[in-house]
Amino acid sequence: MPIHRERYRRREDGLDVRGRAWVVIALQGLRALTRKRAFLYLMLVAWIPCVIRGVQIYVVANFPQASFLAVTGRTFRDFLDQQELFVFFITVYAGSGLIADDIRANALQLYLSRPITRTQYVAGKLATLMAALAFVTWVPATLLLILEPLFAGNSTFIRHNLYLIPAVAIFSLVEVAVGAFTMLALSSLSKSRWFVAVMYAGFAFFTQAIFGATRVATQSTAFSWIAAFSNLAQVGDVIFRLPPRYETPPIVSAMFLVALVVVSAAVLNRRIRAIEVVT
Amino acid sequence: MADDVAATLENVSVAYGTQWALSEVSTEFPTGAVGLLGPNGAGKSTMLKALLGLVKPSGGTMHVLGLDVASAALKIRERIGYMPENDAQIPGMTAVSFVAYCGELSGLPAADAMQRAHEVLYYVGLGEARYRTVETYSTGMKQRIKLAQAIVHDPDLLLLDEPTNGMDPKGREEMLALVRDLAHNKNISLILSSHMMPDVESVCASVVVMNRGHVVMRGPIATLKGPAGRMFEVRIKGNQSAFVEELRSRSFDCRETDSDLLRVLLPAETDAHELFASAAAVGAQVRHLKPSLPTLEDVFARAVRESEEQG
Repeated sequence: MPIHRERYRRREDGLDVRGRAWVVIALQGLRALTRKRAFLYLMLVAWIPCVIRGVQIYVVANFPQASFLAVTGRTFRDFLDQQELFVFFITVYAGSGLIADDIRANALQLYLSRPITRTQYVAGKLATLMAALAFVTWVPATLLLILEPLFAGNSTFIRHNLYLIPAVAIFSLVEVAVGAFTMLALSSLSKSRWFVAVMYAGFAFFTQAIFGATRVATQSTAFSWIAAFSNLAQVGDVIFRLPPRYETPPIVSAMFLVALVVVSAAVLNRRIRAIEVVT
Repeated sequence: MADDVAATLENVSVAYGTQWALSEVSTEFPTGAVGLLGPNGAGKSTMLKALLGLVKPSGGTMHVLGLDVASAALKIRERIGYMPENDAQIPGMTAVSFVAYCGELSGLPAADAMQRAHEVLYYVGLGEARYRTVETYSTGMKQRIKLAQAIVHDPDLLLLDEPTNGMDPKGREEMLALVRDLAHNKNISLILSSHMMPDVESVCASVVVMNRGHVVMRGPIATLKGPAGRMFEVRIKGNQSAFVEELRSRSFDCRETDSDLLRVLLPAETDAHELFASAAAVGAQVRHLKPSLPTLEDVFARAVRESEEQG
């Protein structure tokens, strides 16, 4: 192949990536995801509950006979509960390869030999996954909050339930942050996205199974803290001003979630290196 | 730091666990093309990674382009291009998106990065293949794209780690031509790490030789190969090991090559008859004697042997 010497020219403009490297990484991650048909189908399916809830809000607002479907604060909590299934699948599909693929392809040294810190790299990957997850949690829930006064023709519901705006935002943030941190930590532990997916699913189902077993054995839900998703549900109930569904004190559930994020951050700090040292 | 120095290391030590990869290394890389030579495991790649700030030394100081690596690693990395030794890519991307992405990560605006990506891909000879995913590339093409990602942001200093690894002779020559062009026509300083001496000799004016984590020799290649004596190619009939021992006992520098040929450096004041005398002393006959010129390989072999004798 010929060498086109004339093609290379020296640049005169300066470079400045500091502070925006994580945005570049996140946008690239999202571009890569949206190029995958399976991901788009998954997103489409994940929005079906939102469409159904939208119809519910419209019917309640326009047909008095449908008052048994009345929208309350719990409607939004239930909606986000339903979305948990999609959050799980999107976390597995979009998150398992985020770091594992880079490790497999020796890409970490390409990232870290540039003016990028390890924190920025992780922030970019986190932002990719959190944006994808927010698109099936915070975005549709907020859209429903906006639709309610539009369909009802008044803002009575919103004025009486103003807490729903921060509640939706905070719970969505907690849910996507816990899922994203956990998945990224697992993704940094392997070169295989499939193995990571299995690890994440195993972690979710195994802890849930142990909780289920203790629940049957003790006839109590005091051990719900064992299961990651139960802690999320418990904390969610408190955020939405609903009675907690399990006997575990909500503060314990919250501490478990914080611990999960801290441990994940520690794993990421240890694993994200430009070189892998085997001693 | 003077303008004619690209990088300096002062008493730099790097350990992986209990293994010292660099031990109290002090050296200097002038601007221009400098070769970093050494056998596998000498510490070459570790030195490059230390200069990038990817490996934290347990002691010592390093400066690259006048900046302290310990305090200004990010600023340095803006001005450095790094071509790693092993395959490295970002999965699932076409070549042009990959190189543009690397440009953006280095600080280029998106549009500029894409334009530069097309340019450098043509420059490295991948223009026709720039819309193929990198995973489908051959080994030689992967080497070229690693060079493309290293130069997309127009660095002032290039760190090339074994750039011709796995390439066929034609591809290797083209890669070396590119590297030469970057160093000599585009005025980009570079450190070329390799264990292949002809590669270094064809690109670089000076060299740093490493062995077992130490710098054993450095300087302009011409000086290192300089007139310290006369080189002869010798083939004997008889016990070659005894002949080699005899030569070394007379303080002659002697290196066995892959064939049964010996390369012997005689001090300037010594006559070639000494070779016949040495052969006679071990009952061997000289069957081939031809004057030769010292190569970088000779310099390298001597430096490594001397360091091993001292160490």
